[in-house]
Amino acid sequence: MSKLEIQTLTLSVADKLLCKDLNFLITQNESWALLGKNGVGKTSLLHSIAGLKDINAGDIKLNNRSLQDYNRAELAKEIGILFQDGLETLPATVIELVMLGRHPHAQSIFNDSEEDIALAFKALKDFSLTKLGDRKIDSLSGGEKQRAAIAMLITQEPNFFLLDEPSNHLDVAFQVSILNKVKEILNEKKASMLMATHDINLAARFCDKFVLLLDNGENFCGDKDEILDPDKLSDAYGCKIKKLETANHMYFYLE
Amino acid sequence: MIFSMLFSFLSGSIDLTLSTLVTEFINPGNSLESQILREIRIPRTLAAFTTGALLAISGVIMQVILRNPLADPYILGISGGAAVGALSAILLGASGIVLNNAAFVGALFSVGLVFGISNKYGRWSITRLLLTGIVVSAGWGAVINILLTTSSSNNVQSMLFWLMGDLSQSRVHIGHYALLSFGLIGGLLLSRSLNVLSRGELIAQGLGINLKSLRLTLYLAASLFTATAVTTAGSVGFVGLVIPHMLRLIGARDHRVLMPCSILLGGSFLTIADSLARTIIAPQQLPVGVVTAIIGVPTFIFILRSTITK
Repeated sequence: MSKLEIQTLTLSVADKLLCKDLNFLITQNESWALLGKNGVGKTSLLHSIAGLKDINAGDIKLNNRSLQDYNRAELAKEIGILFQDGLETLPATVIELVMLGRHPHAQSIFNDSEEDIALAFKALKDFSLTKLGDRKIDSLSGGEKQRAAIAMLITQEPNFFLLDEPSNHLDVAFQVSILNKVKEILNEKKASMLMATHDINLAARFCDKFVLLLDNGENFCGDKDEILDPDKLSDAYGCKIKKLETANHMYFYLE
Repeated sequence: MIFSMLFSFLSGSIDLTLSTLVTEFINPGNSLESQILREIRIPRTLAAFTTGALLAISGVIMQVILRNPLADPYILGISGGAAVGALSAILLGASGIVLNNAAFVGALFSVGLVFGISNKYGRWSITRLLLTGIVVSAGWGAVINILLTTSSSNNVQSMLFWLMGDLSQSRVHIGHYALLSFGLIGGLLLSRSLNVLSRGELIAQGLGINLKSLRLTLYLAASLFTATAVTTAGSVGFVGLVIPHMLRLIGARDHRVLMPCSILLGGSFLTIADSLARTIIAPQQLPVGVVTAIIGVPTFIFILRSTITK
């Protein structure tokens, strides 16, 4: 059983303390949300957990082994990350992009295995991209790009999905349907996700465990009742947040 | 490739026929034609092909690591450094091997300088690297102008030829072929990584690329290829910038295809350009850099226009 363990983690960027003594454990098939206001350090924390950013103190362990002891190629099979931006550089088509997700698993230098190609086409289908397969990335809309980036991450088939603002550029319908699809795939593979988002309602809908980052490195981890507490959230975001509960969902709004 | 080589063997101040060529390969003789072929045409053709191929793969690599469509093999000031080395050698009356060595040393010095200046705590940011490259190139440009304006007219002629790229003195040896083979094999082995790196450094790392070592390998290889090309033929412009773009535009975006195609097209392109350079106003010769631009510019614009997607 795979697990990702954040132990007494301290993280800072240019003398700004992002988190101090942060502890949480992600095990199989869990959905975590990472909440906090703009600039509090959500992206930096995700990058650290992906092994892309040095940590100041503490440790991040994947299956009881410190991240530093993995090489990048090993890590890419276990942990995949969706970045906020940066697909557009040199020209590529959507299918070429999605195929890159198979890079950590590629067996041959030259040939793509049929299995890899099939996975890429399935990801296109899952995220309503089939018709856009041969389109150049730079001709896509923001939402289409975001779906293509998510499809690439899905073909990577990691055990831990780190999603940085997955709902970016997506309309309300896609926000829900794409995340539903991601959760379906997570359940199928017994994989887990940690999603950084500014949308508390989306987090409440899709996640069961929460990390809340505050200014000055303070942080809280726990389940819905503990973290999605109007007082705690108001404190974290610096504004008055209220909660409304229906039979199936909870909603948060500004007073 | 084969066509371009044949074309190059046969054209020049003295036209040879295809039958002479075939006869010569089967039964080498001592006629004027066979001497021209053996001692001038064949070595020059091979030099043109090798130089073009090296510039083209170097261009591909630079565009990927800098992820900037304007990147070319000379963007980090390599040609400027080589030019100052070569021009100084010409000024001192050197030619041949000494000139080449001076250019090579100048090229490597310039690369070292750019990396040294833009280095901060062992890391380079792409923006800083590009800006340093441009500034250092501008500095070399000034030195080149000083050398040009203060030299005798005799020297200036050969300096200008060198600056525009000139293959008339170029010879390649086993080292060039070894380097080109290394480029082809290495390029193919790294082609998947290049595909991933084309999407950006963060994404590449997220997909399992060891960025530091890949980047170092690529910078070293590209610098070595460019320095060698510049040393062989002067700063031939255009090939390294445009060949990779042409291929990408017509669909060779995957580096598993792009790498070998760049070698073939880059080599063939420079071979043909050089053949034209010595035939258009024969018996006089044009600098090959002029011809690459004359053919390259309209071809590139045509491809660019015809592949615009609505």
